[in-house]
Amino acid sequence: MSTQDTKRREDTVAAPSRFPLREIILFGALLAVILSIYMVMGTAYSTRMLVEASCYAILALGLTIQWGYAGQFNAGVMGFVALGGFSAMLFSVPVNDAFWGSELPGELGRVLLYGAAAAVVVYGTTKLDRIGVPKKLRTVIAVVLAVVLYLVVISMLRSVTGEIQSRAGFIGGFGLPAWTGWIFGGALAGAVGYFIGHICLGLRSDYLAIATLGIAEIIKAFLKNSDWLTRGTATVSPLPWPTPGPSELGFTLARALYLSVTAVMIAVIFFLLHRAYHAPWGRMIRAIRDNEISASAMGKDINKRRLEIFVLGCILMGIGGGALASFNSIFDPNGYLPLNHTFLVLVMVILGGPGNNLGTIFGAVAVYIIWLMSEPLALFLMQGAVFIGEGWFGWEPPGNLDSRALQARVFVIGLLITLVLRFAPQGLLPEKVKHHG
Amino acid sequence: MNELVFFINNVIIAGSVTGSIYAIGAIGVTLIFSIMRFAHFAHADMMTFGAFMVLLLTLAFPGVGGVVGLPTPIVMLPLAMILTAALAVGIDKVFYKPLRAHGVKPIVIVIGSLGVTLMLQGLIRLFAGTSAQNMYLAGERKEIYRLDVPFELATRPIIVTEPQIILFILTIACVVGLHVFLNRTRLGKAMRAMSDNPDLARASGINTNYIVSVTWVIAGSLAAIAGTLLSLDVTFKPDLSFFLLLPIFAAAIVGGVGHPYGAIAGGFVVGFAETLAVFNWAVLLRPIAHLFPEWIEIPRNLAFVGTEYKIVVPFFILVAILVWRPTGIFKGKVIS
Repeated sequence: MSTQDTKRREDTVAAPSRFPLREIILFGALLAVILSIYMVMGTAYSTRMLVEASCYAILALGLTIQWGYAGQFNAGVMGFVALGGFSAMLFSVPVNDAFWGSELPGELGRVLLYGAAAAVVVYGTTKLDRIGVPKKLRTVIAVVLAVVLYLVVISMLRSVTGEIQSRAGFIGGFGLPAWTGWIFGGALAGAVGYFIGHICLGLRSDYLAIATLGIAEIIKAFLKNSDWLTRGTATVSPLPWPTPGPSELGFTLARALYLSVTAVMIAVIFFLLHRAYHAPWGRMIRAIRDNEISASAMGKDINKRRLEIFVLGCILMGIGGGALASFNSIFDPNGYLPLNHTFLVLVMVILGGPGNNLGTIFGAVAVYIIWLMSEPLALFLMQGAVFIGEGWFGWEPPGNLDSRALQARVFVIGLLITLVLRFAPQGLLPEKVKHHG
Repeated sequence: MNELVFFINNVIIAGSVTGSIYAIGAIGVTLIFSIMRFAHFAHADMMTFGAFMVLLLTLAFPGVGGVVGLPTPIVMLPLAMILTAALAVGIDKVFYKPLRAHGVKPIVIVIGSLGVTLMLQGLIRLFAGTSAQNMYLAGERKEIYRLDVPFELATRPIIVTEPQIILFILTIACVVGLHVFLNRTRLGKAMRAMSDNPDLARASGINTNYIVSVTWVIAGSLAAIAGTLLSLDVTFKPDLSFFLLLPIFAAAIVGGVGHPYGAIAGGFVVGFAETLAVFNWAVLLRPIAHLFPEWIEIPRNLAFVGTEYKIVVPFFILVAILVWRPTGIFKGKVIS
């Protein structure tokens, strides 16, 4: 150990502010690629690509807080994105008079009130031991009561929602501006994140991954099957934009306006995160990530800080999901796929540089462009393979070849994840830890 | 009585089937957890891979089963087990071992296993397509046994299918075999030693690399069994994995991580909970409806959750066990 003490390790020296050569090269290359896409594909398409990439950048910033700053692995980004999209839909879609004009909202409210009352009653019974009921008896009473009340409320809810579905289609939206939906989406995602984090963050880190993977599938199943709330697989469209739509300004200008909105959002989030990262709070978060035991010996409340950062990340994912759904102008619960909305974001973060906001944004834009370009490429390669197979070996290709060719991209994303973890765990733009000493 | 038969068919038999499949899957997950200390997310896709190998082999050698008197997929199962075990060992050598050698945190290996999941999914779907396929090919049929109940009031029979019976037999064989292996053989004891304390095991001369390979062989072959029998019971679906992962992990955690017997118990707990939750209890209540007061009207559908929300059940179990008893029923070891 003595040799280590005498030799100053490189990373304990205050890093001299070096010329950001790597950043300039990477972003310059990215800019060149974007410009060439503008030249080849036209402005409308390219602007759309940039808007989507910027929405993904918000998601990636959310994940980089969780994974890069705090070392928490969220395997269910898709769920939080879907919540954001749902909330954007709920707030911005026009009011459905067929629902609000009837007595159905009252009925629905009544059932929800019953549900709340049942929850209060069950919660009350769990406190029965305070007035002298034996603990075992209390547990039995609480469980039985919970089961019976749950069954009563759920059958009432089923009949009301069935009625809504047959008479009004779905409950429609609130007709508010889209940004209210984004904010509420962030809050909703944050609330779910709080619930998950509260349970899992004190335990092994793997449990968080399992639980988030599960909650994402549950959120998707809920949104897909609640036809009265979201029209399910029938999808809701169009969702209004917060900016003037393409019908008023034309595609390029409208998308450019939308891009400026998301760009401002990213700038604000980036600035706030930058301040937080260099503040004592950010230092504490990194201390917990790098050495939990010594951080707790310093008197830091580890679980509380972890919960804070997990919820913060989830809020960003909800907001980004809202912006993404509004831009696509359609809410389709089936369109939320683990590949597109969880693993793509994961690749953006670990390739760009976990914990480095600039790297994350670079990763988001670069990976999204590669992702978009890989679709025609995969189809082209598959057609080439079919051509060779047919011509040389007399192989008869199966019918659904196009959908299979797209599956090759799944393989590539998986390979990318394993390779980056193996050979470049720091990403292209590694996190720069500033030392004061 | 018909209601009771309905209950047996829909809960007891269906629950045992799902429970067995989850149990066999969870044993693999829990073994990997206890030896290598990470949650192996690619396990469900190894199950799919095993089933896919069986499908390919059945396509390649149709009619072999007729000679032996068993369905062809079952005859092909041992071969598929070997292939899946080889795949598991190979994946470990190529993807997980370098990460372990770098001394990364377990959660990084978890992410690596998610990458492997995607690779396997992509490969399987590239070759198998995305639609469901029946495993019974070349004119073979799923045998269905109808057992008549010796009561006068019961007119409906209890229904069991051939793959379900094979599944029960194989589950029992796996459990007994695992018990003998872990308790009676030198290798099994070395494995338990390594799961208790890897450093001590290495210090006492156990070849840990060899144990890791053995673990993958066991986990891979069990995954092939579970995947094949699941596909035989319903159909072969290439995109099942994310729906299988949660129940399997829930089973492993309920039983106590790193505890093979716990995983079996957990598998059955999760399997039965799922079938009980989607069972329509109104069927059982209707015959005794006249005992209730007038004002209670039994709704037509009295299931806890609809079948489309089945995945909520393992999640709820997972949350409950993490809140109340994070070590699992049987006190798992690897927790902190």
